[in-house]
Amino acid sequence: MPTAVRMPALSPTMTHGRIARWRKSVGDSIAAGDVIAEIETDKATMELESADEGVLGKVVVPEGSNDIAVNEVIALLLNDGEGKEALDKAPLKGPALTSKPVQAPTAQKPVPIKEPTTPKAASVEPTASGASGWKPATGGMVMQTVREALRDAMAEEMRRDPDVFLIGEEVAQYEGAYKVSQGLLAEFGPKRVVDTPITEYGFAGLGVGAAYAGLKPIVEFMTFNFALQAIDHIVNSAAKTLYMSGGQMPVPIVFRGPNGPAARVGAQHSQDFSSWYAQIPGLKVVSPYTAADAKGLLKAAIRDPNPVIFLENELLYGRSFEVPIGDHVVAIGKARIARAGTHVTIVAHSISVGYALTAADELAKEGIEAEVIDLRTLRPLDLDTILASVCKTNRIVTVEEGWRSSGIGAEVSALVVEHAFDDLDAPPARVTARDVPLPYAANLEKLALPKPEHIVAAAKAVLYR
Amino acid sequence: MRARMATKSAKSVRDTAPPNGGAEPTRDELVRYYRDMLLIRRFEERAGQLYGMGLIGGFCHLYIGQEAVVVGLQAAITPDDMVITSYRDHGHMLAIGMDPKGVMAELTGRVGGYSRGKGGSMHMFSREKNFFGGHGIVGTPSSLGLGLAFAQRYRETKNVVLAYFGDGAANQGQVAESFNMAQLWKLPILFVIENNQYAMGTSVARSSAQTQLSKRGESFGIPGMQVDGMDVLTVKAAADQAVAHARDTGPMILEMMTYRYRGHSMSDPAKYRTREEVDKMKAERDPIDHLRERMMRAGIEEATLKIIDRETKDRIAEAAEFAQASPEPDPAQLYTDVLVA
Repeated sequence: MPTAVRMPALSPTMTHGRIARWRKSVGDSIAAGDVIAEIETDKATMELESADEGVLGKVVVPEGSNDIAVNEVIALLLNDGEGKEALDKAPLKGPALTSKPVQAPTAQKPVPIKEPTTPKAASVEPTASGASGWKPATGGMVMQTVREALRDAMAEEMRRDPDVFLIGEEVAQYEGAYKVSQGLLAEFGPKRVVDTPITEYGFAGLGVGAAYAGLKPIVEFMTFNFALQAIDHIVNSAAKTLYMSGGQMPVPIVFRGPNGPAARVGAQHSQDFSSWYAQIPGLKVVSPYTAADAKGLLKAAIRDPNPVIFLENELLYGRSFEVPIGDHVVAIGKARIARAGTHVTIVAHSISVGYALTAADELAKEGIEAEVIDLRTLRPLDLDTILASVCKTNRIVTVEEGWRSSGIGAEVSALVVEHAFDDLDAPPARVTARDVPLPYAANLEKLALPKPEHIVAAAKAVLYR
Repeated sequence: MRARMATKSAKSVRDTAPPNGGAEPTRDELVRYYRDMLLIRRFEERAGQLYGMGLIGGFCHLYIGQEAVVVGLQAAITPDDMVITSYRDHGHMLAIGMDPKGVMAELTGRVGGYSRGKGGSMHMFSREKNFFGGHGIVGTPSSLGLGLAFAQRYRETKNVVLAYFGDGAANQGQVAESFNMAQLWKLPILFVIENNQYAMGTSVARSSAQTQLSKRGESFGIPGMQVDGMDVLTVKAAADQAVAHARDTGPMILEMMTYRYRGHSMSDPAKYRTREEVDKMKAERDPIDHLRERMMRAGIEEATLKIIDRETKDRIAEAAEFAQASPEPDPAQLYTDVLVA
C-alpha cells in the first residue's frame, strides 16, 4: 500500500496550512530527508521533509491550496515494486496513525468539558459595536486577521511619524516570530525596524532611553514571558520617570507582544501578566480581543505620550474580524459592550472575550441574556461601563486566563462591591485559570484554563439557577 | 598613574595620547576645574550636614573624593552631549551646570527642587542641560544611556552620551548586554566606570573575577582605558581621546580609579575599610589639594583661590537657605505627573 504524506503540524498553534509549493513532481524518487514541499503555517513558511522513501505517486493537494487541515493526506508515495494501480487502494481520508492517548483517571467528579472550538485562520467573529464602540473613519470595512491589523497599525503610525520605530528580536529580517511585522523592513528599512540580540533587559532599557531622548519606540517582546527579564526597565525606568522628574520627562513607548497561555508550550511560556502591569501607576495597559480593537488601540498606544503595555494573544493572531478602513483609532480606557444583555454581566478581556461570547450563546438557549463587556483596557479600567451594566443586571462574572489571586477579576469584583454594593443580587463570581503553573500534558492543560462551560456555570450560580 | 589603554584595539587612540596627561592647561581651565570641584565638595559637605539635621531623608550618596572624575569628563564634552548616571549623582548635576539651589531643594524634598520634591537625591533630571538622571537601580544607566546614543544615531547628530556607573554595577548583566549592542551598532557612547573600590561594602577584589574593569569590553572589541580619576588633568586628557573615539568610531570604556571618602550612603558605618586607608587617600591623593598645588606652581595667586573659596561658600549657603525656605509640594501634587494628560 502506498505511504500517505500528511499535512504536518509545524508549530504548537498550527491547525491548518497552505501548500505553497511542491518541490517534487510525480515520478520523482524520494529519499527520507528530501524536501518535498513548502508549507506556509500561521507563523512561517517551512520546508516539509519526507520521513519515508519511495516514488512520488500522486499529489493529492495541489500547490496553492489553502486551509489544509493538519493530518490531511497531501501526497502518496509508492513503495518499492508498487505500480500506479496501487494508488487507487490508498485511503485519502481517515485518521493519522497516532493512537489516542489513554485517559487518565480523574480523582474528582469531572466537570463536563467541551473545548471551545480551536480558532481557525479563516474563522469570523462579528464585531458588535457597543455604547463606547468605534466608528469607521471612511465607512468601509475589511476582513483582517489580528496579525494584519497589528502590522497595519504599526505601518500607518510609522508613515505618520518618523520618530516611531520598531525594535525587538526577529522583527526585521525574520518579519516577526509570529509574522506580525511582515513587510515592515521592506518599507521602512533597518534604521526603523531593528533586530536585536536576545537581550531583553538591554533592549528594553535601550528603548526607554531612546524615549527619554524623544523617540517613540515600539518594543516587541517575542512573548511577555521574556519581558520578565526586562520588567525592571518597564516599571522602574519607564513607568516612574515622569513622576520622579516632576513632570519633565515623558516616556512615550509601547511594549507589545503576545501574553497569556498559547498551546502546549509549558509553564514558562504560558503566563498572563495582565494584573502585574495593571498594578503599576504610570503605565497604561491594553489587551484587545478583536482585530479592529487591536489596530485602533495600537495606533492610540503609539500616539500616547505615556508608556503603554500592549498585551496581545498568540491564539488570536490568525483570527479574522471586520476592521474599519482608514485611520481607525480607539481611545485607551474605554470598554466595549461585545454583546448586550439584561440578566448577567460578564467581564472579560483578550481571548476570554471569545469564551464569554460562546458562553452567552449557550446561556441564551436557556433564556438567559448575558451582557458581555470587553474591557480592552486594563489600566485605566472603564469603571463607568462596568457599573452601568451591573446596575442593569445586578450580577457579575469576571473571566480571565490569569490566576485568581490578586487578578483582574479580583480588582473588578472589589470595584463593583465598593461602588455598586446595593445593586448586587449575588456576590461577584470569578472564572480564572487554576492556581497552578500551566501543565504541558494536553488533558491537564485543558483542566487548568477557563472555558465557556465554566462561565456558563458561574453565570447560572450568580442567577441562583 | 598615567592613562593606560587596556585593549589592543585601542592602540591607535593611545598613540595619539598627549604626553604627560594632556596639553598644558590654561589658567582659565585650571580655575574652572578648581571652582567646579570645590562646588561639589562644599555642596556635599553641606548635604551631609543637612542630612544630620534631619532635613534630608532616605538615601543620600555623597560624591566627596570623586570630584575630579565628573569635572574632567564634563570639560571634554559640549552642551549638546548627554549625561546619565546612577544614584551618586549630585556631582554630575553640578558639573553639568545645574543650579545647586534646585539640587539641594530636591534633597530636602521641596517644591523648588528639580523634580519638585518628588524625585529625591537619586532621581533628578534636566532636559535643558541634557541630564537624563539620576537612577536608583544599579546598572541601568548603561542600557538607558545606550538608548540615548541610539537616538543620536537615529537623528544623525554628532552628539555623544556619557553613561556613568560604578564598579559594582559593572557586574550587572545588562552592562554586558549594553556593551554588546553598543559595539554591534557602533553607537556614540562612553561607558564611564567610576571605580571607587567598593560596591557598598564589597571591594572590587571580592566581587570581580577581572578586577581591571577597563578590560570588561575586550570580548566585545570595545577599547578601554584605566585612568587616574583623582587627577582632573589626567581625566580631561583621557576624556578628550575617549570622547573623540565615541563621536567618530564607537563605544569606549573609561575606568576611573577614584575613591569616596564618605560611606556608601549616609547610613553606612564603613566597617569594610580602615580609617587609615581613608586618611591616607585624603592626605596623599585628594583631587582638590592636588589641583591647588598645581595652580600655585602655575603661578596662580593664593588670593585668587581665596576668592573662589568664598564665592563657593556663598553659593552653597544660598543653596542651603533656598532648600530650607522652599515650601514642601502642595498636597495636590501627590496626583500630578503620574501620566501625561
